[in-house]
Amino acid sequence: MPKTDYMNPLRDPEDQRLPRIAGPCALVLFGVTGDLSCKKVMPAIYDLANRGLLPPGFALVGFARRDWDHQDFAKVVHDAVKEHARTPFREETWNQLTAGIRFIDGDLTDPTAYQRIAEVLTDLDAQMGTRGNHAFYLSIPPGLFPAVLENLERSGLANSPTPTSWRRVVIEKPFGHDLKSAQELNKLVDTVFPSGSVFRIDHYLGKETVQNILAVRFANAMFEPLWNCNYVDNVQITMAEDIGIGGRAGYYDGIGAARDVIQNHLLQLLALTAMEEPLSFSADDVRAEKEKVLRAVSVPEDIGAHTSRGQYQAGWQGGIPVIGFLQESGIPADSTTDTFAAMRLNVENRRWAGVPFYLRTGKRLGRRVTEVAIVFKRAPHLPFSSSSVTELSNNALVFRIQPDEGVTVRFGSKVPDTNSIQVRDVTMDFQYGDSFVDTSPEAYERLILDVLLGDPPLFPRHQEVELSWEILDPILKYWESQGAPEQYASGGWGPTSSHEMIARDGRTWRRP
Amino acid sequence: MIRLENTSGGAIAAAISAERHRQGSPTTGMVLTMVILTDEEFQSDATSGAVFAARQHPMRIVTVIPRPGRGSHSLDAEIAVGGDDGPGEVAVLRLRGELADHADSVVIPLLLSDTPVVAFWPSHAPAVPAEDTIGRHAQRRITDSATSEDPLEELRRRGRGYRPGDTDLSWSRLTPWRSILATVFDQPMAPVTGCSITAEFNNPSATLLATWLEKTLNTTVEITSTDSPGIEAVVITIETGEIAITRADGRTATLSQTGAPDALISLPRRDLTTLLNEDLRRLDPDDVYGWVIRSYAGKST
Repeated sequence: MPKTDYMNPLRDPEDQRLPRIAGPCALVLFGVTGDLSCKKVMPAIYDLANRGLLPPGFALVGFARRDWDHQDFAKVVHDAVKEHARTPFREETWNQLTAGIRFIDGDLTDPTAYQRIAEVLTDLDAQMGTRGNHAFYLSIPPGLFPAVLENLERSGLANSPTPTSWRRVVIEKPFGHDLKSAQELNKLVDTVFPSGSVFRIDHYLGKETVQNILAVRFANAMFEPLWNCNYVDNVQITMAEDIGIGGRAGYYDGIGAARDVIQNHLLQLLALTAMEEPLSFSADDVRAEKEKVLRAVSVPEDIGAHTSRGQYQAGWQGGIPVIGFLQESGIPADSTTDTFAAMRLNVENRRWAGVPFYLRTGKRLGRRVTEVAIVFKRAPHLPFSSSSVTELSNNALVFRIQPDEGVTVRFGSKVPDTNSIQVRDVTMDFQYGDSFVDTSPEAYERLILDVLLGDPPLFPRHQEVELSWEILDPILKYWESQGAPEQYASGGWGPTSSHEMIARDGRTWRRP
Repeated sequence: MIRLENTSGGAIAAAISAERHRQGSPTTGMVLTMVILTDEEFQSDATSGAVFAARQHPMRIVTVIPRPGRGSHSLDAEIAVGGDDGPGEVAVLRLRGELADHADSVVIPLLLSDTPVVAFWPSHAPAVPAEDTIGRHAQRRITDSATSEDPLEELRRRGRGYRPGDTDLSWSRLTPWRSILATVFDQPMAPVTGCSITAEFNNPSATLLATWLEKTLNTTVEITSTDSPGIEAVVITIETGEIAITRADGRTATLSQTGAPDALISLPRRDLTTLLNEDLRRLDPDDVYGWVIRSYAGKST
């Protein structure tokens, strides 16, 4: 039966209740012992199964250098699920999953190990009915990508034997460490897998609130008319973490905050905030607009005056004594890695002419928060005495990405008083709701399901990745020539140079 | 919990608002009002099912219990706002005497402004819910044929009285079955030659599933009775073999397909909260339910 002529008689676009369920497939997870696999990927798979979104023929194959059999791995998954899954543990769901769990002990660089993967997958096609559909999830250090991709290619695992079955590959950030390495990685991935089969996971894009930026902008009449340089004074995008680098010294040293966060998360948030309305919400249309706006981003000429970077010092945070970045184990005492990065970017188009976009991220800051703040211009004329409006600041619309997902609008309102007009800032707040949060899906659930369905809108295309590096490269290069980053106190809002940088434009950072 | 005796709709709304202020959160993000029309027998389960659903759909729940009788008319209310059970607001109202016939006068001041209204009859739904004094204010009207003494006759009533916006929980209970079947048919499939369903005697969900499959697969569906709870098995024969989904214990099902290995599927029976959560996710008319219920009513009269 040719696939193109077939229409599922039970699917009806009018049918609101039937969820999208992935087709039969096997997911091969490389790097099952990693933090991400245990805390995010495996629990997300269970949660999907629990919500009834995984097909009956689903298999999970773990691959790592461990002397484990299938049961041992099943136990690892079981423990990860018990500890980290969002939905309650149910024996029935577990039984459904466990039938398809396999483990392969091997070295990522050993070609014979890939033969064993191929054998296990062939067996699964027969035992579980996975029908030759295989996804490879590379939850491994980027240095190992070339070896794994080459082996997948050479062993024939990357090629689907029939036109109806598919092969997909999932890679996690970092997508390179500069433009050149990103291009090399993209080239390598593209030689092994066709571009439609490559899924780059930026888990921020799976978050409800990030998708909500587009919904708020383009589904409403009242925001978009203000969304331009006539009304917007500046845009501030912040991702602050209160933790240090923890045990991730090996990964973090030499990467730093700008590469780790700005290159992917913050520039994606910038793109969603600044882009024009896409023709439709199809993957291609949304990406086309994101690419357009990223291409319009320019870096200030005087990089030193409009960027800032820093390293956290030993100090106190939230009442707890903490050590400085250079004292973290595994970090050389002369490391110049940035744990805080801030920059001003301009978007060179008519909509955003003269509106600076300020991006900042850092570790050991005042609290954990991610937000996009649209700060509006002051009213052109205030018919009040100047003493009436001393407490009035710029109006703002804030998307809170995490925690307390929601949208806040700040505007001025009269203070109740009998004998004078006094205007003060008040806020109007939309919260996704305290108890909403524990039932709304994790970003990873959404993204893994999209991989299995082959639905690409929420994954950045390699053009976007390369454009982001084009923006960041000159800044990183400038920083490299500037020696050690500035030290900043833990538990605050970053180095002095960050506040000076924005003060130079006559503005201040919001306290998020 | 606050108890108000011999009160009015407006006083109840004011009491809810005052309680919100007292808790320090005068505004709320309620997305809808659910009015539950019920008797004493069903009120407790229905209200608590809705309270749990309010965690996903923050809402005001108004449970209306008419207590008609010859005595003087009066209105008593129990109010609970926020707290450990979730963000919802709950008002359980008892309408005595003549007031039992004028529930709408009590409910109207309690409907949240400019948000959808959902009416839910856990049992004894009116013949045409959309024409009910309260049902006519609701975008979505939820009934439950399974609580009727004659569920299949009740389904026919639902079909005859159907208006867009009606749904029945016996249809919501089917979603996992329909999802699995749709997923199986996502793979190219040989022409269907027949279908049979094994289910509990007089099970309204099985009847709706049969009607849906008859239309979509263009085949005849036979229903056999069994002692198991709910639906036990669906078997579809195709030119090249057979597809069978069997659930003996009401929890886990086995999917068997000719030429493919058997697979286990978690298919637990669903509680009221799960059903309400699903129904509240979309508040526009469920057109598929519409044609299924009408075609059943048309077929069997």
